[in-house]
Amino acid sequence: MASLDKRAKEYWKENIKYVLILLSIWFLVSYVFGIFLAEPLNAIRIGGAKLGFWFAQQGSIYVFVILIFVYVRLMNKLDKKYEFDEI
Amino acid sequence: MSVQTWTFIIVGLTFALYIGIAIWSRAGSTSEFYVAGGGVHPVANGMATAADWMSAASFISMAGLISFMGYDGAVFLMGWTGGYVLLALLLAPYLRKFGKFTVPDFIGDRYYSNVARTVAVVCAIIVSFTYVAGQMRGVGVVFSRFLEVDITTGVYIGMAIVFFYAVLGGMKGITYTQVAQYCVLIFAYMVPAFFISIAMTGNVIPQLGLIGDVTDGSGMALLDKLDQLHTELGFAEYTTGTKTMTDVFAITFALMVGTAGLPHVIVRFFTVPKVKDARVSAGWALVFIAILYTTAPAIAAFARTNLINTVSNEQYASMPEWFKKWEETGLIAFTDKNEDGIIQYVGDKDKNELTIDRDIMVLANPEIANLPNWVIALVAAGGLAAALSTAAGLLLVISTAISRDLIKMQIKPDVTEKGELMWARIGAVFAVIVAGYFGINPPGFVAAVVALAFGLAAASFFPAIVLGVFDKRMNREGAIAGMVIGISLMLWYMLKFKFGIFDGGKDAVAALQPGWWFGISPEGFGTVAMTVNLIIALIVSRLTPAPPQEVQDIVEDIRVPRGAGSAHVH
Repeated sequence: MASLDKRAKEYWKENIKYVLILLSIWFLVSYVFGIFLAEPLNAIRIGGAKLGFWFAQQGSIYVFVILIFVYVRLMNKLDKKYEFDEI
Repeated sequence: MSVQTWTFIIVGLTFALYIGIAIWSRAGSTSEFYVAGGGVHPVANGMATAADWMSAASFISMAGLISFMGYDGAVFLMGWTGGYVLLALLLAPYLRKFGKFTVPDFIGDRYYSNVARTVAVVCAIIVSFTYVAGQMRGVGVVFSRFLEVDITTGVYIGMAIVFFYAVLGGMKGITYTQVAQYCVLIFAYMVPAFFISIAMTGNVIPQLGLIGDVTDGSGMALLDKLDQLHTELGFAEYTTGTKTMTDVFAITFALMVGTAGLPHVIVRFFTVPKVKDARVSAGWALVFIAILYTTAPAIAAFARTNLINTVSNEQYASMPEWFKKWEETGLIAFTDKNEDGIIQYVGDKDKNELTIDRDIMVLANPEIANLPNWVIALVAAGGLAAALSTAAGLLLVISTAISRDLIKMQIKPDVTEKGELMWARIGAVFAVIVAGYFGINPPGFVAAVVALAFGLAAASFFPAIVLGVFDKRMNREGAIAGMVIGISLMLWYMLKFKFGIFDGGKDAVAALQPGWWFGISPEGFGTVAMTVNLIIALIVSRLTPAPPQEVQDIVEDIRVPRGAGSAHVH
């Protein structure tokens, strides 16, 4: 295993990458789907609701929950990979 | 049995439960008082966070607000849930690794400065007090409506209960009471929602009912039906809303960032044993919150449809009993402008004859839908659980700010553990009394300020904490300059455009609207103030000396999980 310093740097780099990807999805479902593109998306329907409206009041919240649990899973794996998991 | 008898029984039982838990989980040390000894299971902590977070406003007012705002209500739904993603990804794990008790602790140590610590203490106290006053008021309102005592007595009863478990149990007592309170409040929220969803759409799950068809035989989708009703009566279409896109964006963002920066939410992540527990705990908190937050828009749409169907173009004389009862409280008002004895509820202000306070939608909903009396009593108990759990969490932040951030860290560092614990309890007593005072004598601006508290938290704490973790070069000068300028700008904008202080008071506010920066309302201005804070902090930090080596080492250390001891006394 590499030195502690190097491990910490690489661990941090991967962490930042995960955070950026997940926050892009966070931004996409709430701000892009729920606000900026809500009007065009309203032409599509999910059940009896317009899609833009649905993302703003329902869909984005479901995605938020999923995002956190995906992050937890990714980070638990990353902790193990770089041996930073808590004993 | 009558509603009142049911209310006495259900509220009495839940209060007995809270007190029982408080006695069982008394705090014996400062660590137990501040962070429940750092040994709370992540799922239990998630539940406690959800109860802590969902206040009287979420429980009582939010569905009503959405019901009147339509699409625009999304700012609350996304704003108050999306913040947990930021919390889980950017704050919670690192603050847990840092392993102390409060937000000012982190700011003070990371920026090696008691000035920074004091700025943080002041921000924490301002934010928490504005919040807690609103909660005590909520307790008073529920008591007065359902137990028919006056609001002042209601506030006293609420104070006594919170006093008991917050002062005795500290964080430990509060955490386990909040778990019980979450169960009460979610049960109370969901039961009427199931009933109404079945009645209106034939689907037991409200989230599916919202996208389902109405059962009146028309075969129309519920939301289409509602849009049609709105258009006929001259209201804006329910699913499109009236705010500008920029403003919707700014308010949502300010609420998200504000949520992640609220001290009483952040401090909950100090109570779990490990860094990975802090991450997953944020996930559980959001699950428990999302159950209520995805139900609220369904209730809003059901209640709106139900209300219009019940009152619009009907004889005033034939209104059901609940209508008369709420009329007595002044929260529903009817003036027969054209004197035809029929209620005209329309979008045109000159012809509209009915005004409805949006706060009553959740409380009146079971009555509007003709649900059994015990359901109505349950909603009262749920509203109390929501208000009390949030009040207790906020009181703890205030008492901790006094005993730890002021007495222990600044005024009297040699205080013994026993002495510090005593100060924490004195702080809690003081906070309960002040909160009660504001509950009984609410300053007219409380409701307005609660919404703005998010802007203040966004403009002050959030950038300082995030930069403290993600930017190793961030130093004392940058963080203090950012926080002071961010919160001052927010306060100034709020005073100017919300209270009209510089232009002749509240009456001038409406005329000032064209002057809004980028068309952003004061509620959304936290987004701008936060950005300014961030930019100032980055510029100032690059022009001043780097933080000392030992501080840079702290940053390195909090970035990796291994070695997070239990939250300990230093």
